Amino acid sequence: MIEVKDIFKKFGDNEVLKGITADFKPGVTSLIIGSSGSGKTTLMKNMVGLHEPNSGKVFYDGRDFTSMDTKERIEIRKEIGMLFQGSALFDSMTVEKNIRFPLDMFTDQGIGEKTDRVNDVLERVNLAGKNKLFPAELSGGMMKRVGIARAIAMRPKYLFCDEPNSGLDPKSSIMIDELVSEITKEYEITTVIVTHDMNSVMGIGEHILFLHQGQKWWEGSKDEITSTDNKELNEFVFATQLMETLLKKK
Amino acid sequence: MVFHYFGKYILLLQAVFRKPEKFSIYKNEIFREMVSIGLGSLGIISIISVFIGAVTTVQTAFQLTSDLIPKSIIGGITRDSTILELSPTICSLVLAGKVGSSIASQIGTMRVTEQIDALEIMGINAPGYLILPKLLGGIIMIPMLVIVAIALSITGGYLAGTASGAVSAAEFIQGLTTDFIPFTLAVAMIKALVFAFIITTVSAYQGYYTDGGAIEVGNSSTKAVVISCIAILISDYVIAQLLL
Repeated sequence: MIEVKDIFKKFGDNEVLKGITADFKPGVTSLIIGSSGSGKTTLMKNMVGLHEPNSGKVFYDGRDFTSMDTKERIEIRKEIGMLFQGSALFDSMTVEKNIRFPLDMFTDQGIGEKTDRVNDVLERVNLAGKNKLFPAELSGGMMKRVGIARAIAMRPKYLFCDEPNSGLDPKSSIMIDELVSEITKEYEITTVIVTHDMNSVMGIGEHILFLHQGQKWWEGSKDEITSTDNKELNEFVFATQLMETLLKKK
Repeated sequence: MVFHYFGKYILLLQAVFRKPEKFSIYKNEIFREMVSIGLGSLGIISIISVFIGAVTTVQTAFQLTSDLIPKSIIGGITRDSTILELSPTICSLVLAGKVGSSIASQIGTMRVTEQIDALEIMGINAPGYLILPKLLGGIIMIPMLVIVAIALSITGGYLAGTASGAVSAAEFIQGLTTDFIPFTLAVAMIKALVFAFIITTVSAYQGYYTDGGAIEVGNSSTKAVVISCIAILISDYVIAQLLL
């Protein structure tokens, strides 16, 4: 479980996060949603240590991540997988080397064992046989799936996804969402997804955190999100005509 | 402000020298960088060196108008100016452009495409993994390139001098072998090592702290070359003042 306690973050005079507290449970797909500039990516970056909060704490299964030194953090980070918005694959490496990279760095497994693991995760993301391709040879959806494969190669306890379906067509988006959701259940991972895609919210949003102007504005599930009277949340949810039309039809 | 950037540079270097996660992976990266920096720059360094030697010989001969000065001195001047200044400094300025811009844009692109964040999330010391192999590759290969440059410059000077008739082969070789001070070679190597350190670390620093997109990567690359060149020239003066 990941616990975020009273996180504040400022960039100069701009206060981006204003005391966010939330819990993210294992085996549950948690979504952080909000409009652009609401602080959702900043919150995720504070959670994984890419940014340092001005105050507040982040706990990974009771371990205080914010107070740890670099060496202790490295140990926690070996338990974290992350899918980046642009996939962040190493473009000088093949798909296989990208996925094998954390295994090469942190395990003493033989080459055969590592190759087996690479093949397993590639099969899991429906990319079996694509080992020798370079990132430049992949489509956006395939790059995301390789990103997921790399993120789960080390069997992480925590999975973070930053806008996993940005730039993807609706079909690929659904495929990525379902894949992340299935992996979360299958491996009992604590998954946190930052998104502003309402398709993802309605598809896999078991636990949803709505941020507005750097504050936690609403928390609930996909079943509750359309029936809330929270004005800012409704403005966000029904910003797309599709959602409005669907709800009217209902 | 200068102290702020210098402090960041020192902190980055501190991270670069942290214990590597796995030596075997770093070793492979170092070899890759040695090939990239060394073999990748051999062509341009060879061409430049031959012409530097040739021009030095021809211009020295042009300035020696007095019959009282033996022509063999042309060989000595070409040797000393090549070893002490032209080969280490000009080669390093060229390498700051070639290798430095490549390092800055490579690391800068990794920064803006979140590849560095990905390394950090994996628990990898990103400065160590990205910069240490380049730094070691540079400080091993750049002195070697300078040695090649010295040899080719003197050869270029010999060929140009004898071909133009400015100096005979015997006179050039006599000048080359007279009053040679081996310490000048040590100075050239010290310069090459310092310049290699500057080129790799300054460029890596510029790339590592790139913020933005493609334009900023280009700006980092330009800054890396400009700052490296200035730092090379300043340290060139300091080394000359301290050692000669």
